[in-house]
Amino acid sequence: MSYFADAIAWILAGDTGLMDPIWLATVQQLLYTAAGVLIAAVVAVPIGWYIGHTGRGREVAVAVSGAARAVPSFGLLILLTLVLGVLHKPEAAVITFVVLAIPSILAGAYTGFEAIDRRVIDAGRSMGMTERQILWRIEVPLGLPLLVGGLRAATLQVVATVTISAYIGLGGLGQYIISGLQLRQVNVIIAGALLVAVLALVLDGLFAVVQHAVVARGVRAAAVASPLSSRASRRRRGRVEAAGVPTPS
Amino acid sequence: MTWVWDNLPLIGGLTLDHLRHSLIPLAIGFVISVPLGWVAWRYRLVRSGVVTITGLLYTIPSIALLILVPSATGWYTFLDETNLIVALTIYAIAILVRSVSDGLDSVDPGIRQASTAMGYGAFRRFWAVELPLAGPVVLAGLRVTAASTISLATVGILVGITNLGYLFTNGLQRRIIPEVLAGVVAVVVLALVIDLLLVLLGRLLMPWTRATRAPSARRSRAVVVGAGA
Repeated sequence: MSYFADAIAWILAGDTGLMDPIWLATVQQLLYTAAGVLIAAVVAVPIGWYIGHTGRGREVAVAVSGAARAVPSFGLLILLTLVLGVLHKPEAAVITFVVLAIPSILAGAYTGFEAIDRRVIDAGRSMGMTERQILWRIEVPLGLPLLVGGLRAATLQVVATVTISAYIGLGGLGQYIISGLQLRQVNVIIAGALLVAVLALVLDGLFAVVQHAVVARGVRAAAVASPLSSRASRRRRGRVEAAGVPTPS
Repeated sequence: MTWVWDNLPLIGGLTLDHLRHSLIPLAIGFVISVPLGWVAWRYRLVRSGVVTITGLLYTIPSIALLILVPSATGWYTFLDETNLIVALTIYAIAILVRSVSDGLDSVDPGIRQASTAMGYGAFRRFWAVELPLAGPVVLAGLRVTAASTISLATVGILVGITNLGYLFTNGLQRRIIPEVLAGVVAVVVLALVIDLLLVLLGRLLMPWTRATRAPSARRSRAVVVGAGA
């Protein structure tokens, strides 16, 4: 356990030598993560909503997401770095993060729509809502918690991969792990690992709060009113979530 | 391409290492997750605890786990292949425990009561009725776990554990694009082959899923079409 004490002492001392200071590495880590997830969201959310609203293209999305899961992000990162040239490392890295984040966000977007009780949508239609109103006033608000769940999974995958990207000299919190391993400084390696783990846990916690906050008011009221239906809805939820299972990274 | 032909024995050897590093965690993870998943399904209180703990483990990036577990336990060094196997087993358990308890959730309570009425005890009912019926959901979880374990195993090279990930770091240092590409393709092919084997194994062990799936798929499609019209 003294290793951990040494690592924490190293973090508190704040003397990172030739490496970036901890605050800067944290900012780099967060900026790369945000860039990857936001670009992926711009691409994946409209496609996912289209699939969820029309039911078209679902098989293709599932197949592509399944195949993407098998692609090692570390390998893709290095491949793109070599193909694009060493001068374009940041671009290579962001493309990797986007590719990595798309499947989770896509699944979150369309499973969010699929989890909605069909009767709610039929009720909206019978009240005279247009397709656009059904999309924006029923499907988007009710699908939001699962979409945020997809964003949460994507963010965690990307934050882990940004860490690994320190191997190609991208900076971020991973630089302490990579440099520490090269210099055989165990306290620095463990310090880096602790910082990354804490950052991931904090991000996960923030997303958990957001995910809870975006549950529509009506849905929350219904859940309180009829606790008896919770078992059945849990079963349905389990089935829906199987499609969007996040993967560790 | 010539690089690939000249180095086939290297790729073959690394593939075998990679298989060992990913299949052992998958097998151990499955064996641990079945009883753990049952406990999580049976006892509500334990369930929320198990889901929280596995969720937290899940959250920790792989490279951090590869460093923190050996540092905390002191049982082995970073370089030891046991390190990678333990870390991947932890991730496998994190996914599979949820699959097992979700699978048990999907079993029709009527069937459970019927088997109890026929005289099955809790233990025999679990193995003969509940686990087989939970099978399709568990298999789906196992397929996700297999793909992510196989692709995640490559990260081991960063702490010095050699498998197909070696082709990435070595290819970068020597600037050989075909080497890195060969590594990516080998990992994807390996994942697809294992996925196919899991599907075949599922058909072999759960022949009833094939017989019942066709009509139920047609029915659900009819529902979707009906709703869209």
